[in-house]
This record gives sequence, C-alpha cells and structure tokens, in this order.
Amino acid sequence: MVRINLTVDGAKVADDVEPRMLLVHYLREKLGKTGTVVGCDTSNCGACTVHLDGTSVKSCNVLAVQADGGEVTTIEGLAKDGQLHPVQEAFRECHGLQCGYCTPGMIMQSVDLLKENPHPSEDEIRLGLEGNLCRCTGYHNIVKAVQHAAGQGEAVQA
Amino acid sequence: MIPAQFDYLAPTTVEEALAALAQHGDEAKILAGGQSLLPVLRMRLNAPEMVIDLGKITSLRGVRDDGDAIVVGAMTQHSVVGSDPLVAEHAALVSKAVEHLADAQIRHRGTFGGALAHADPAGDLGAPTLALGAQFVVQGPSGTRTVPADEFFVDLFETAIGEDEILVAVRLPKHTGWGAHYEKFVRVAHQWPIVAVAAAVRVEGGTIAEARIGLTNMGSTPMRAHAVEQALVGQPATADGVREAASRAAEGTNPPSDLNGDADYRRHLATVLTRRAVLTAAGATG
Repeated sequence: MVRINLTVDGAKVADDVEPRMLLVHYLREKLGKTGTVVGCDTSNCGACTVHLDGTSVKSCNVLAVQADGGEVTTIEGLAKDGQLHPVQEAFRECHGLQCGYCTPGMIMQSVDLLKENPHPSEDEIRLGLEGNLCRCTGYHNIVKAVQHAAGQGEAVQA
Repeated sequence: MIPAQFDYLAPTTVEEALAALAQHGDEAKILAGGQSLLPVLRMRLNAPEMVIDLGKITSLRGVRDDGDAIVVGAMTQHSVVGSDPLVAEHAALVSKAVEHLADAQIRHRGTFGGALAHADPAGDLGAPTLALGAQFVVQGPSGTRTVPADEFFVDLFETAIGEDEILVAVRLPKHTGWGAHYEKFVRVAHQWPIVAVAAAVRVEGGTIAEARIGLTNMGSTPMRAHAVEQALVGQPATADGVREAASRAAEGTNPPSDLNGDADYRRHLATVLTRRAVLTAAGATG
C-alpha cells in the first residue's frame, strides 16, 4: 500500500491505496464520488474525465498514486454554493444529453475547453470534445450547450 | 479492468530512478505519463512486478533553447510541447504533429519522451522527430549518451534505449523558417493514424531548396522518405512540381495490413498524403 495525500473537490483527503488502483476507482469506491463514471474502461470514451491540477484527464488512465500531492476536481465539485456551474446550467438549458451517461465527462471536458478557448467555433468545440463519446450520438445539443455556455462569458470560471 | 498487482516507486531524481531500474531489472517498467502503459497494464498485456514512476522528477519537464537545438525534457506533456513558442518557431513540424495527437485529455497527461520510448509505429511523434534529425539523450549508470534519430527506432515497440537506461531529453535541431505540416489519415476522430506524413520544407523563391519527410505506420518503425526528399530539391513549390516526387513516398517501406487497410492501400495513401503534406508545408512558408 502507498500513502497518498491529495485535494478532491476542495477537501483534503489521505488514504493508503494499492499502487494499481485507478484514480476513477479511488474517487468512486474510496470517496463515494460516483458522479464520475466508468464508461469504456479503455481510455477512449472520456466519461470518466476529471480535472487533475487544472487540466482534464481521463481518470481511468491515471493511477491514484500518480495524483498524490495533486488537486482533483470532479463533476461533483463544479457547483458552488448551490449554484450550478455555467456549463452545467448550459447543458440543462440546451438539453445537452440523452441517456446522460457521458454527461459528467462531457461537462468536465467542456469546462477545460472553454478555459483554453473561451469563444470556440463549432468545429473547435467538436475537435475539443473528440476524446468524449456519446453513444446516443447526441452531439448536436452538446455542441449547442457549449456554445450557449461560451456566450455567457463567465463560463470560463472553472 | 484492473491491472495486476505491482510495487511502486516514485523517485525524485534521475539517479534514484536509475538505481531502482538497476535493482529491479527486467521486472520493472518505467511509467512516464502512462497514457500507453496504463491501457497495457489494465488489459494485462504486461504485468511488471515494479513500476517506476518518473512523474515526480521535475528536472525532466520543460522546453529550453540550447543554441542550435530546442531541448524537450522527456516528461514534458504533449499539451505543453504543443503550445510552446520555441518549438513552434524552431521545430514547427513537432507542433503540428502534437496538435492532433490523441485527444485533449491524453495530451494533458501523455509525455513527449514516454510516447517516443514506447515506439508505437502508429505513434505521431516518431515521423516528425526522425524527419528533423532529432537526437535522443539517454542516461544510464555510466552517464548520458546521445542517439541519433535514425538509430533510435530499432523495431516494433523497440528503441536503442538500454535496459538500464532512461530517455531524459530530446534535442530538436532548429529548422527556423521551414514550412511544416503533419498530414494524418484516420477514419474516425481520435484514432491511431492509418498512415501519416510529416513534411518540413525550406522554400527559396518559390523553389524547394531542402525537404525532410517522415512516415508514420509505413513499417515497424517510423521511416524517412529519402527518395521523395531528394526528388523534391529544385522543384517548384506547386502541385505539378510536387506530384512526381511524392509518388515515390512508398519506396523502401513495409507497411502492415490490418482491418484499417492492406499494405497496398497504405502505399497509395503515403503518396497522396505526402503530396498534401509537402504542399501545405510549402505554402506555410509563403
């Protein structure tokens, strides 16, 4: 077992974990943060996307021990003081989901995309989300939601 | 999917990492960004007893100017390389290849040195580094040595890095003012290239003065298209001038056949993509 110390959604946590434990399993099974889901388990689909030290990563493709000393934000840490994050609000407003399984990852990647590029074109949105798959193929409203969030201005505040 | 059990070390210096590697030998695997290794471990295609994580060795991160070359630390993430102004100015071919490597999440985590040491023939960094004549700095128990790009890639997933060595940096010789383009052919987003072509050209008064072309996934290692490079010299930087030279792109290659395409299809693709890559690169220099 290896001791890890990190910050998850603003709270400091420390645990002894097996080196082989994936970050996504640590978040879900040790911390109960089941908002981050396991989709493909092959690092293709992006459903498990979280932010590690300020940038988006696929948490099924990172070991929990690699996050030692780091800062993780999950979908559960986006809302502040009961207020949805502007990107969450935009996904709700534009109905940027069908079954909803890819939504946590789509939102986390969209927040990252808008931080790097606050006013993306439609093509830039589609390219920026290429690592996130929606198996309902509901991309149309997802792209609209990101455009909507970009129009809000404050969407860049992660 | 969960990897098999392994022990784990996270050294903070290259010397500590080398000592751990010496102690554990071929039972150990080096972990860089993990974007290729973790899928391998999860699918249990490999089950090392020891994983040595280089993630805490801060000296291996970063990009710097070193006179005639830009030096990229082995643990520098793709996203950092892709947005680095020194790389963009002096080794634009690498910036172009990184831009569409995998996806944003993987570029945030995957490392320049890790991808090159992994030596996947479909990886996007072999062809541009080979084309630019990069030098690979590897460190072992007896110090560092530099391996030229044309000796670095040995075979499928095999490089000139010794079992007791670690890749610490890649030197990219400056190609300031050269036009560059990486033309990648995929069927769907975020796929390994079926074939890709890395082209850097120096254009003087509308004529191609020098050209460097690297091919991705046209054999068990990245390859140089020497015949094209030679044929391009002296040609006008126009579609007619480039077409005949580009038709030689598959000479000396040995592409794989798989569900994405057979070898003949890849040979054809190489010529088409080379033409597009050279033309775009030449246009980029104005």
